[in-house]
Amino acid sequence: MPVTAVEETTLSAINEILRDEALGEGSLIGALEEIQERYRYLPPEALILASEYFNVPLAQTYSVATFYNAFSLKPKGKHCLHVCMGTACHVRGSPQVLDRLETKLGIKSGETTEDKLFTLETVNCLGACALGPIVVTDEAYSGAMTPQKVDQLIKNLHRMEEAQV
Amino acid sequence: MKTAPGMAGYFQDYGGDLIIDPISKLQSVSEFEIWQNLLASEWDDTQPCVRVCDGTGCRALGSQKVLEKLRQELGQTKAIPLEHMISVEIVGTGCPGFCECGPLLTIYPEQVSYQRVKPGDIPEIIQKTLREKKIIERLLYTDPQTGKHIYREPELPFYQKQKRMLLDFNGRIDPTRIQDYIALGGYRSLVKALISLNPDEIIAEVKASGLRGRGGAGFSTGLKWEMCRRNILRTKIGYIICNADEGDPGAFMDRSLMEGNPHSVIEGMLIGAYAMNVQQGFVYIRAEYPLAVENLRIAIHQAEQAGLLGDNILGTDFSFRLHVRLGAGAFVCGEETALMASVEGRVGEPHPRPPYPAESGLWGQPTNINNVETWANIPFIIKQGARIFAETGTDKSKGTKIFSLVGKINNTGLVEVPMGITLREIIYDIGGGLPNGKAFKAAQLGGPSGGCLPAEHLDTKIDYESLTALGAIMGSGGMVVADEDTCMVDFARYFMSFTQQESCGKCTPCRIGTKAMLATLERICAGGGLPGDIEYLLEVAETVRTSSLCGLGQTAPNPVLSTIRYFRDEYEAHIFDKICPAKVCKGLISYSVIPELCNGCQVCLRNCPAGAISGAKQQVHRIDEALCTRCGMCKSVCKFEAIGLYSGAMVAI
Repeated sequence: MPVTAVEETTLSAINEILRDEALGEGSLIGALEEIQERYRYLPPEALILASEYFNVPLAQTYSVATFYNAFSLKPKGKHCLHVCMGTACHVRGSPQVLDRLETKLGIKSGETTEDKLFTLETVNCLGACALGPIVVTDEAYSGAMTPQKVDQLIKNLHRMEEAQV
Repeated sequence: MKTAPGMAGYFQDYGGDLIIDPISKLQSVSEFEIWQNLLASEWDDTQPCVRVCDGTGCRALGSQKVLEKLRQELGQTKAIPLEHMISVEIVGTGCPGFCECGPLLTIYPEQVSYQRVKPGDIPEIIQKTLREKKIIERLLYTDPQTGKHIYREPELPFYQKQKRMLLDFNGRIDPTRIQDYIALGGYRSLVKALISLNPDEIIAEVKASGLRGRGGAGFSTGLKWEMCRRNILRTKIGYIICNADEGDPGAFMDRSLMEGNPHSVIEGMLIGAYAMNVQQGFVYIRAEYPLAVENLRIAIHQAEQAGLLGDNILGTDFSFRLHVRLGAGAFVCGEETALMASVEGRVGEPHPRPPYPAESGLWGQPTNINNVETWANIPFIIKQGARIFAETGTDKSKGTKIFSLVGKINNTGLVEVPMGITLREIIYDIGGGLPNGKAFKAAQLGGPSGGCLPAEHLDTKIDYESLTALGAIMGSGGMVVADEDTCMVDFARYFMSFTQQESCGKCTPCRIGTKAMLATLERICAGGGLPGDIEYLLEVAETVRTSSLCGLGQTAPNPVLSTIRYFRDEYEAHIFDKICPAKVCKGLISYSVIPELCNGCQVCLRNCPAGAISGAKQQVHRIDEALCTRCGMCKSVCKFEAIGLYSGAMVAI
């Protein structure tokens, strides 16, 4: 595993998360979930430190980190787009919505755009089936999506980004 | 800890201050009873109250803005002369189920039900309905058959045939307030169990109720508890788990229960823990359900504060701690042995049974795992007794079942029905039939482990045995409706792609078998179906079914088997005629312009992502088949219905 230089502050923050988890319910998965949430991925150092804290072989931590969909070893984009692929969304046209997003962003599901702005992912069911097809952008739900609405959504996100710059 | 009379939920006074009564630890059963009586006396359904569904479904539709506007508007009524002042309680509740019409707002005591409410409607609702007691017709539900407005919530056809034993509290209480649950009689069953029943009596009661696991397999809950208790008496240590890893796509029963009434699950687990002599429990819940996780954590915290969880509960010898574990996105973790591995912090791979969890589960100790809905049934059984519980349902399937009714259905939502109701009643009477007058094709039950029921079985009574006999399963309760535009081969391909991705890879039949079946289905959908494919699918399915390690693999072939059983003609049309009758499969369809209807507006041309459409303004356009990616964009943007969709021999020109 290539070890990239992670800043000291990050290391101490990771240590803090691990210590909290280890003192609390003592769950390796829980700790990794916290780290993933904070950094949007699991830096290699986090896996090494987690192994030390929980006293498990690095191989086991790595297998946990690669088994669960919630974890990513690669940094994710600034905005995460989740397309719900649940059955209800499927019969209402989520494959076309995903297609359109892939075309628009020029990436496949699971990938991040080169400018690190967007990560496109699918999710198996969000349980908000009345709104299908659903796309969740960061935390905001967009329901009854169509390919046209995808175009609008991406346009709005780009506009928002430009406004920030 | 006294609130203003009648203000059992948030009370927003005119200054906008929030009064929340603190929770103090209850030291004894009598202290609990005093508190319960106080809360019950403060709960007054005759007082004005606005309840807004604040579940995930309505939140996604904007319910939080509606709530915010309500609080804002009702907090700004200082200028109103005193005699017109109204004090109204505002409560954000769990999901009552009618997601299709959200955000839902109900005004008590009249139970006026407003639907698709927007923040902009709030001033009018306050002025007209709350002050002048007038109905705003535009916000009412309109019966599509009669065109009549229905204004009271209980009279909505959607609720008429339901029997809401578990979901009753969902639209009434604020799930973030333990006081609401207790005011309506919550935790009474726990108290009853602690002071007047011994563990054997509780187990006998659960057995007698006929309750069967709601997670899908339908095993007797009482028997499971009995086995676990017997083992724990020997080992002294054991655990209970609530399986809230609701991974079935298209199913959200457990999410809604956990969001809307988490204390019912906690109370069920407490009773189970007491009956099985367990001190530690876990709730394994999907991280994809952030609101359910939040409400569960609040509920556990409040139950701990009140002394209903923790050491020496209500001053008795009984101690029980409940921990939350978040699922990290792996469908296989819904399988009990994989779930336990995940709770232990390992990769969620299943292991062969026996030994069953009741014998050797979490950290090698006897463990009892039940689904959210199963646990939520327990308080009712203990409070009302097995006999009353068993009055609902059929001979072998007792009680109610919650289904999430989704897909091509008018009233998408959560429905709780007595066992033994027919599929037709659920789909047409409760669900309001299919949208756009389309014909019913099938209902898929049980998600990736289940199967479908075609139109000829609409009058099937829903219970464990009849569903299994027809090749479907009760499952956890996902019910996806397919109409004439749903391709059943594509449907099977969808489920197979789901299970193939979610297969943990530990055992070969599941890892390789699902891949082989998926590849075949993909080829058929792409137009490359070959004679013998159906037989091949059946053969592989049999191998995967009989030789996979866990439930995920053993049931993975079900969607394929059941679609072949009922829709073999669709498979044959794909394979032999190269036609997709529902016109879904991209490899078998084509789009073309209908010359008589095209007016040459160029909208499709501008929107086509593949640049496959040509034609000058006011001239009939043309789609280049070779460039067309079958995305359907042209058809969806054309206002003149001038794009035709064809399959196989139906292709014109």
